[in-house]
Amino acid sequence: MATEFHNLQELRHSASLANKVFVQRDYSEGTTCKFQTKFPSELESRIERTLFEDTVKTLNNYYAEAEKIGGQSYLEGCLACATAYLIFLCMETRYEKVLKKIAKYIQEQNEKVYAPRGLLITDPIERGMRVIEISIYEDRGSSGSSSGSSSVSGSTAR
Amino acid sequence: MSAVMITRKVRKWEKLPGKNTFCCDGRVMMARQKGVFYLTLFLIVGTCSLFFAFECPYLAVHLSPTIPVFAIVLFLFVLAMLLRTSFSDPGVLPRALQEEATFIEMEIEAANGNVPAGQRPPPRIRNVQINNQIVKLKYCYTCKIFRPPRASHCSICDNCVDRFDHHCPWVGNCVGKRNYRYFYLFTLSLSLLTIYIFTFDIVHVVMRSVDNGFLNTLKETPGTVLEVLVCFFTLWSVVGLTGFHTYLLSLNQTTNEDIKGSWSGKNRVQNPYSHKNIIKNCCEVLCGPTYPSVLDRRGLTQEDLPVPVASAAPSSSSSSSSPVPQTTHAVLCLQKTKAPLIPNKRTPDDAKPSIAASAQKSPSPKEENPPAPKAPPLASPEMDVETSINKDKTH
Repeated sequence: MATEFHNLQELRHSASLANKVFVQRDYSEGTTCKFQTKFPSELESRIERTLFEDTVKTLNNYYAEAEKIGGQSYLEGCLACATAYLIFLCMETRYEKVLKKIAKYIQEQNEKVYAPRGLLITDPIERGMRVIEISIYEDRGSSGSSSGSSSVSGSTAR
Repeated sequence: MSAVMITRKVRKWEKLPGKNTFCCDGRVMMARQKGVFYLTLFLIVGTCSLFFAFECPYLAVHLSPTIPVFAIVLFLFVLAMLLRTSFSDPGVLPRALQEEATFIEMEIEAANGNVPAGQRPPPRIRNVQINNQIVKLKYCYTCKIFRPPRASHCSICDNCVDRFDHHCPWVGNCVGKRNYRYFYLFTLSLSLLTIYIFTFDIVHVVMRSVDNGFLNTLKETPGTVLEVLVCFFTLWSVVGLTGFHTYLLSLNQTTNEDIKGSWSGKNRVQNPYSHKNIIKNCCEVLCGPTYPSVLDRRGLTQEDLPVPVASAAPSSSSSSSSPVPQTTHAVLCLQKTKAPLIPNKRTPDDAKPSIAASAQKSPSPKEENPPAPKAPPLASPEMDVETSINKDKTH
């Protein structure tokens, strides 16, 4: 069912929340922040697999950049230690800079890719960096039981 | 008695579950019991004050003025590290909201399949492979999440903490991913400070005794006795602790893992987080990135306050609301408490025309009290085989 929305504003006012999908963390490389690129079955009819995977891969790259342990992070760490970490009162850490980039990217993705398809991505930091929450919206005018039933069948089929 | 719902803006820290105390409007986060932390502060500040009062004048004149200067620098560094450890968020993982908890429950139910009646369902464990080792992720019944690797639930603070090391009563906070390096630097610098003060106390007593005699020296500087006593007992514990944590650091282990013996023994899994290189392990923890807090303590959120409708008495608690409606609107007020207000920013007066419309609309997905979907009842620890056996053990 093609549910077309023009922008985020319209999505919030004219659509009702039907379901939420949670993309879990991928711990195969340790405790660094990385999300699974496995395509959730509930989104099969809503968005192309490649678009979804691109979003998650870009987010993973951002997080990898934030948590990279290399020359710059050592420099930041040593400088901060030398000032008894008081420098963080006036300076923004590298991680915080990347988080701002991530917030912008998610906003842009929501506006361009997800809202037109009736979906909305929540920034993982609002969920404790545990999951990427994707909200599935249904147009209020339509008989929106399909999304609900597909989620039930999706979970039992797993 | 009927009530009118009035929304007001609150900081998110006021709504956080868990047993933490917050100060300075959410900027400071500590555990509930702070008595031992005050003792630590008192001992450090007290001993150093005695040192500056009794020893430093003599040593500055007779030895070198750099001695008190270095002592001051070290003292300030110790204080900064202590306060940083105590006041910062150790890496608390927020609890799962209703929808996420339900989603996880449904996944668990699907994975378990059909459990015959009378049998307990299998324990809630998820296996993940990290660097070719199988690591088990446990489910936290309080936070309703599968704990990330190395996370653990602190029963004192009632929170899941990422890379949980231990709960330290001396700093009045948990030690976890975000504040472990501050804790380590605190113990290291405190060891140095203790050794420094102890050494110069002895030097001072010796130098003065040569001129005046031992007993006279003690009479002139009574603080020295106290300092030596405190430093002597502190030395053994703090230096030992620093040594222990240096050992853990070199292996990239946490105190929690060491106590539980997670990576020790031949049959058990080897530590998948260690780089097998001491310097690399130390650098990763001490010079790694500074992780942000995911709690957003100072963010703003809405809260609904029920204000009882008496006669025409105005509400005094909320500053942003309009005066309480009079008794002629009592019926509408009763209706208001049953039907949730959809746009949270509206005042009760504005909401009156929409009461009829609100009865038809579905409840809004508010974060605080979302409507409970038709979901399987969230399980309790008693239903699990493993947790019922391990009931007495700590998390």
